[in-house]
Amino acid sequence: MPATTTKSAYWAGVRDGLPFIVMVVPFATLFGVVAIEAGLTLAQTMAFTVLVIAGASQFAALQLMVENAAIGFVLLAALAVNLRMAMYSASLALHIGAAPFWQRALVGYLTFDQCYMTSIAKYDDNPAMPLDAKMAYFFGVASGITPLWCGFTFVGAQIGATIPASYQIDFIMPIAFLSMVAPMIKSLAHVAAAFVSAVVALALVWLPSGSGLLVAAGCAMMTGVIVETWAQARHT
Amino acid sequence: MMYSTAEIWLIIGAMAVGTFAIRFSFLGLVGNKPMPPLVQRMLRFTPVAVLPGMVAPLLLGAGAEPDPVRFFAAICAVAVAYCKRNVVWGMAAGVAVFYTGLIATGAL
Repeated sequence: MPATTTKSAYWAGVRDGLPFIVMVVPFATLFGVVAIEAGLTLAQTMAFTVLVIAGASQFAALQLMVENAAIGFVLLAALAVNLRMAMYSASLALHIGAAPFWQRALVGYLTFDQCYMTSIAKYDDNPAMPLDAKMAYFFGVASGITPLWCGFTFVGAQIGATIPASYQIDFIMPIAFLSMVAPMIKSLAHVAAAFVSAVVALALVWLPSGSGLLVAAGCAMMTGVIVETWAQARHT
Repeated sequence: MMYSTAEIWLIIGAMAVGTFAIRFSFLGLVGNKPMPPLVQRMLRFTPVAVLPGMVAPLLLGAGAEPDPVRFFAAICAVAVAYCKRNVVWGMAAGVAVFYTGLIATGAL
């Protein structure tokens, strides 16, 4: 395929990743502040953020570490928060499973929510996109966000001054997630899946970190397929 | 925090390896091998099946009492993102409504 197409896909990815700056910058800064306050060294804080790059699970781990939980429990609870990403991995494999091993490994390292959601929305809208362009797009999204995530963790760890609680920046995350999912609602099946996901997650909110979400997502996917099958049957 | 330095590094290392293993799982092991058609159809719903379940407890969930400003900002974000078919417009609308609401109610 022509190099220009791959290049433009990369830059399209960079551009589509830019809006998440408003989400990534405050959270990365906050992680830096909280990690240092909790007693991690600068090296530990940076290693954590660079090696894991999964914000929600990093905060979960830190919270449990502050409470001096058993190491096994810290790992179990924090990794459970990331289990949804196995679903991301499986759905990405449908699109980019044919990519070279090292590229898939790099995608595995970089599959955080913003990167995944932005890329999968693009792939679903453009099924004919060549594999090279799909990979370039993904890395474009990641290459905008990842340095910011790491860089602002460093800034937070250095300045140590957090954003005042009255600004309620914790609410930027749900707003961003809702804005990501709304344009992906394309049929009654999507509406039904989204509804079931929310309802089941609320019903299971008492389950330990992340596990209620997994059940909710499973139910929602099945609902989506059932409604889709029903809608297709009605049309034929 | 009562962990030794080695224990902290152990947690960080295990988190890194574990998170990568989760994310790489299907990309690495399944790769290009075809998955059962039913599984493929289910996986196409992954984003709409995961995100609402992540957000709903943050909006209405245990502990935090439902806040009208948050609720309204969330509805605006969804409505604008849906109608415009665009993430950025949705985020901008949600954030603008949220902070306007916070200032109007004197919370900020």
